[in-house]
Amino acid sequence: MTTDINALSRTWSGTHGSEPWGELDLRLTDTCLRDGSHHKRHQFTGQEVHDIVEALDSSGIPVIEVTHGDGLGGSSVNYGFSKTPEQELIRIAAETAKRAKIAFLMLPGVGTKDDIRAAQDNGGQICRIATHCTEADVSIQHFGLARELGLETVGFLMMSHTQPPEVLAKQARIMVDAGCQCVYVVDSAGALIMEQTADRVAALVAEIGDVADVGFHGHENLGLGVANTVIAARAGATQIDGSVRRFGAGAGNTPLEAFIGVCDKLGWTTGVDFLQIVDASEDVIKPAMPEECRLDRMTLMMGYAGVYSSFLKHAGNAADRYGVSGAKILLEAGRRKLIGGQEDQLIDIALMLKAEADKAKAELGQVNG
Amino acid sequence: MSKKTAAIVGPGNIGTDLMYKLLRSDVIEPRWMIGVDPTSEGLKLAADRGLVSSHEGVDWLLKQDELPDLIFEATSAYVHREYAPRYEEAGIRAVDLTPAAVGPAVIPPVNGQEHLAAMNVNMITCGGQATIPMVAAVSRAAEPTGGVSYAEIVASVSSVSAGPGTRANIDEFTRTTASGVETIGGAAKGKAIIILNPAEPPMIMRDTIFCMVSPDADTDAIIASVFAMEKAVQEYVPGYRLLQEPQIDEPSAATQGQTKVSVFVEVEGAGDYLPPYSGNLDIMTAAAAQVGENMARTLA
Repeated sequence: MTTDINALSRTWSGTHGSEPWGELDLRLTDTCLRDGSHHKRHQFTGQEVHDIVEALDSSGIPVIEVTHGDGLGGSSVNYGFSKTPEQELIRIAAETAKRAKIAFLMLPGVGTKDDIRAAQDNGGQICRIATHCTEADVSIQHFGLARELGLETVGFLMMSHTQPPEVLAKQARIMVDAGCQCVYVVDSAGALIMEQTADRVAALVAEIGDVADVGFHGHENLGLGVANTVIAARAGATQIDGSVRRFGAGAGNTPLEAFIGVCDKLGWTTGVDFLQIVDASEDVIKPAMPEECRLDRMTLMMGYAGVYSSFLKHAGNAADRYGVSGAKILLEAGRRKLIGGQEDQLIDIALMLKAEADKAKAELGQVNG
Repeated sequence: MSKKTAAIVGPGNIGTDLMYKLLRSDVIEPRWMIGVDPTSEGLKLAADRGLVSSHEGVDWLLKQDELPDLIFEATSAYVHREYAPRYEEAGIRAVDLTPAAVGPAVIPPVNGQEHLAAMNVNMITCGGQATIPMVAAVSRAAEPTGGVSYAEIVASVSSVSAGPGTRANIDEFTRTTASGVETIGGAAKGKAIIILNPAEPPMIMRDTIFCMVSPDADTDAIIASVFAMEKAVQEYVPGYRLLQEPQIDEPSAATQGQTKVSVFVEVEGAGDYLPPYSGNLDIMTAAAAQVGENMARTLA
């Protein structure tokens, strides 16, 4: 007997009907303009946001996320200052999109409820609230507000590779009880391997599937973005994140155009035109990228050590500033079990590595002398 | 002088830790522990230590014939905002350990001698107690060159040491801390970020303080001021320490043309109630105990 590779147990339209995008098996969110903000060091211009939103929207992408990489209020010393205020970028995106909904991200502890209100005033329609995957209860007041304001809501369980499926399911329940309409398994470190993804998604579907959607957000740090996303869809995820051309943190996100091609092959409807999105990738996304998102020593280390993808540029900065190995900084970040948001600790690690190197050098000097 | 009496409202992590510190005080006698949940561990511990424990809340306390001189509020911002006017009506001084910010904020080594006559003082947040002293230290030293134009603090605490109050009030935490960075730390603009890290074994509280100062600022004086402040905080929180020498980054596009001062601290608690990793609790309760004692000394 062969496996039916086309089968999906749950579909987006099966739960939400076919308006306004027609029949969709999966509803895609592109996050170039949010997760890609890390790769861009938060230097997006209004023009780039306009051009990217226009291209994605006309290709049929139903949701486009726009925010500082670390969410509302993320513009800071710790995460990097935005070139253009994110609220302005949200407004430009909302004015440009004809059909796509504009989503924005917020992390409790970084942004506040006032930021959510401002994002809605600027045209944001979907409020995505992210917590570390054991800390869902810090999002309760924000989900409450978002629903009160009439926003669609999404919850992000970041660093999902660090917890077993049953723990994630309980955390998802906390978010749903607070008003969240879709909980994502978020592979922030790009560290999940397919069956681990499927088990986590399935556990969330079993826990909240009767009242909410389940989503999957992948990274490419071990090269498994598309594979993980395919298996997540088979396990019941109906909302899917990715970035065209991988434009995201670490080695980047699930390349959305590749995933769309795969969906075409499998007969899964996304509502996105494959040829158009491939053109957008070459003609619009690529020129806005400072460089391609690559699997290299640093980004591989993140998947391997289970490190939060947006640490990449900050580890690189600290390595340059103190003359130590960026890869070693990332390995130590994994050993210390740092989580999203603790970019400041990378400087402490670099200083520790420098002190160790200086000490070794001094000892060598004594032996030689 | 006889000891002044105190009630602790909120028998959670903070309230219970504070009780152990006040039990050692020469000027304050903790007499009541007030909660709302009869099964509370903190109420039981307080009863064991000879305090009058009640789960019938503040309404019960305010009906007693004898009222406390001081109330230490360790509930939540919402609860304190509701009850603060009633404490004042009853003539009871309040030391507020929630981020409610009803009264003026106090950071002992910065403005510990101010507001001693206030009916209500606020302890800001654990992150504020751990970081604002350093912002103030940089501000003082950079004062001749225009002070600190922007300060940002990142507080990382272990998940187990962040109780339901902090979790339900995380917006108030960031807002109140940022405001304290400005009003007491002296920064023209302040920002606060908090991270709850669930690593096992639990991480000791860590805080990073970034300050932007003029390219002309005297960085040697800033570094000396930071080391002096470390000593001042250590007087009431012995486990407060710099992890690294303060880092000075020359002006660049990333620093928006300013000199960046980065200060890294760790706060190890005294282990009174929760284990030493909960430095965030310890610095809050140690500061509150000190402020309460200063107020008590002014009461006839």
